[in-house]
Amino acid sequence: MDSLADQFLVLSLLINFIVLGTSRLGFAVRAVAIQGVVLGFLPALIHPFSWHIVFIVVLMLSVKGILIPWLITNAIRKAEIKREVEPFIGYIPTLVLGAICTALAFIFAKRLPMAVEHQGLLFVPASIATLMTGFLVLTTRRKAISQVIGYLLMENGIFIFGLLLAGAMPVMVEAGAVLDLLVAIFVMGIVMNHISREFSSLDTSRLTMLKEE
Amino acid sequence: MQLSLILFMPVLGAIIAWLMPDNHRRPLVLPLFAVIHLALLGWVLVDPPPASAGGWFLLDPIGKLVMLSFSILFAACVWYAVNYLRYRKERSNRILCSALLLCLSAMCLVSISQNLGVLWVALETTSILMAPLIYFNHNARSLEATWKYFLICSVGIAMALLGIFFLAYSTIVAHQDATLLLSSLIEDAPRLNPEWRHTAFIFLLVGFGSKMGLAPMHTWKPDAYGEAPGMVGALLAGGLVNCAFLCLMRVYQIAVATQEAATFQNALIVMGLLSMGFAAVFMARQSDFKRMLAYSSIEHVGILTLALGLGKGALFGALFHMVNNCLTKGVLFLSAGNIHRAFGSKSTVVVRGAIRWVPWSGALFLAGFLAITGSPPFAPFVSEFTIVSSAFTTGNYWAGSLFLVFLAIIFIGMALTVLPVVLGEPPEREAGAAVPYRDNFVSVLPLMVLMAVMLVLGIWVPAPLRDLLIAAAGLLGGGR
Repeated sequence: MDSLADQFLVLSLLINFIVLGTSRLGFAVRAVAIQGVVLGFLPALIHPFSWHIVFIVVLMLSVKGILIPWLITNAIRKAEIKREVEPFIGYIPTLVLGAICTALAFIFAKRLPMAVEHQGLLFVPASIATLMTGFLVLTTRRKAISQVIGYLLMENGIFIFGLLLAGAMPVMVEAGAVLDLLVAIFVMGIVMNHISREFSSLDTSRLTMLKEE
Repeated sequence: MQLSLILFMPVLGAIIAWLMPDNHRRPLVLPLFAVIHLALLGWVLVDPPPASAGGWFLLDPIGKLVMLSFSILFAACVWYAVNYLRYRKERSNRILCSALLLCLSAMCLVSISQNLGVLWVALETTSILMAPLIYFNHNARSLEATWKYFLICSVGIAMALLGIFFLAYSTIVAHQDATLLLSSLIEDAPRLNPEWRHTAFIFLLVGFGSKMGLAPMHTWKPDAYGEAPGMVGALLAGGLVNCAFLCLMRVYQIAVATQEAATFQNALIVMGLLSMGFAAVFMARQSDFKRMLAYSSIEHVGILTLALGLGKGALFGALFHMVNNCLTKGVLFLSAGNIHRAFGSKSTVVVRGAIRWVPWSGALFLAGFLAITGSPPFAPFVSEFTIVSSAFTTGNYWAGSLFLVFLAIIFIGMALTVLPVVLGEPPEREAGAAVPYRDNFVSVLPLMVLMAVMLVLGIWVPAPLRDLLIAAAGLLGGGR
């Protein structure tokens, strides 16, 4: 089963690059949703069966696969925008940066010792690479929706690492964390709606009223 | 039982506030539940409850100090809010009232959590609840502030979650059961895998640091503090900062227990001095006195972090300063809110001579400025003096000297803004123009109480508080 888990992780690494390379927001949201679904199945692959794991899988699939994409797609529809225009750094350079980050993640992960049962798995590099990709999207794009997509990628990266601990954490902590993240996205959706109404655009580079004089 | 009462009473208040149809009477729920909360807190302090099942919830001395300080601040803020919301009748305060009470409950959860996972969930809840509060004014400026605040804090706190995961994984690598329980982590600290542990500390410092507003993750702070209503600014600068600092102290407890905390402590010292340096540079020539308070807050989270990094005698100073900063920030933000309302502006070009228009608020703003910059006889002087003397006695001459230099620069920078605002020549008032706000007993009383507490604590620390501070400092220093 371990090799299958690794293939799932490679798939999620590829999705990182799809998100980095696309300007279509709807497409990026769907890609992140697919990544969430792929990752949602992972706990079932690496841990023996228990109701606790079933709970995690169902929770992840419903939140990351259905609820969050639905919230963001709604925000995109309301704001009537389809594309990210003119990011601070272009698509090709960010793709290159993403590749460098992924390579660095692999080098960094080599230095960290793994527990016996997790040796040789891609969890740590995949987690750190996804986290850094998310950060890259967050900092290089202008549209509020792109920034939320970056945040979601970061969350997915953290979730990949959390999988190693799945089952060892108390259910209350896991459920609380997922619920908090869901509410955070929900609040971001509301703020985005207000931004698009107030500024007739979701371009955060227009948010420049507050600065030092 | 007592702890669950403390947690769920504010939630009950939030539900009542949400269901109340009357916009005019709804704010009265706030002081009612603040008083109930203070009574419960008094009960818990006098008769400390035992740890809950599994040891997840326990009010230890550090938690007690945090809860005590933000509860007093919260009571002052909601008292002030009643009067403030009377001036803002046009806007529905349903979300504001409910979110304030829920936030109180979440802050209580932060202070009693002994499980890092629950601690994280509670801290994230406070960040989420603060977003609608910052956005209360519903204009373009507050929208921008809310977006920056929410994005940076969410990202920061996500980093902290990863740090917590790393810490839990270091227990697995060390062939132990994965745990997030503070007491077990402290006990096993020397045996935790060092690589994972160090990586975890970096992520936790960045994560909780961005929530506290340490430089260079502080960029959301001036915007959020500047645009939020005065009492929300006070709660951010006093309540949320203390909660995030509590999380950092929990990490510190684990770091000290590993017996090799020097790297982490040095990182804290550097981050603390860097924050103070940023504050010193940006404090001068501020043309917006609420943004200036944000830089003062960055300065003081820097002082807290620096004191934590210095350790030993400075820990007492750090804890005492946490309480002092919380209450003094209450005075500053609430009086700044009053001045803002009286002049209809927070620009120093317009706002001059506040002491002529709103004498009480103006005087309290000036007194708050003197207190926060560490002038005797107020309490922050005592705590800052403890920190700096401990820096010199432990041989950290550079840190101590820089600390003093930054304090001096900040004092001058802040005085250049505060003195004209309070004592300058007031602008000409149009004949017959209605004054939007005048000081009244209700809106000034909470400020006077906070200021009086700061004055008393500066001269004499009551024995129970001193014992609590010593016990908490002992816990931080590696005691059990």
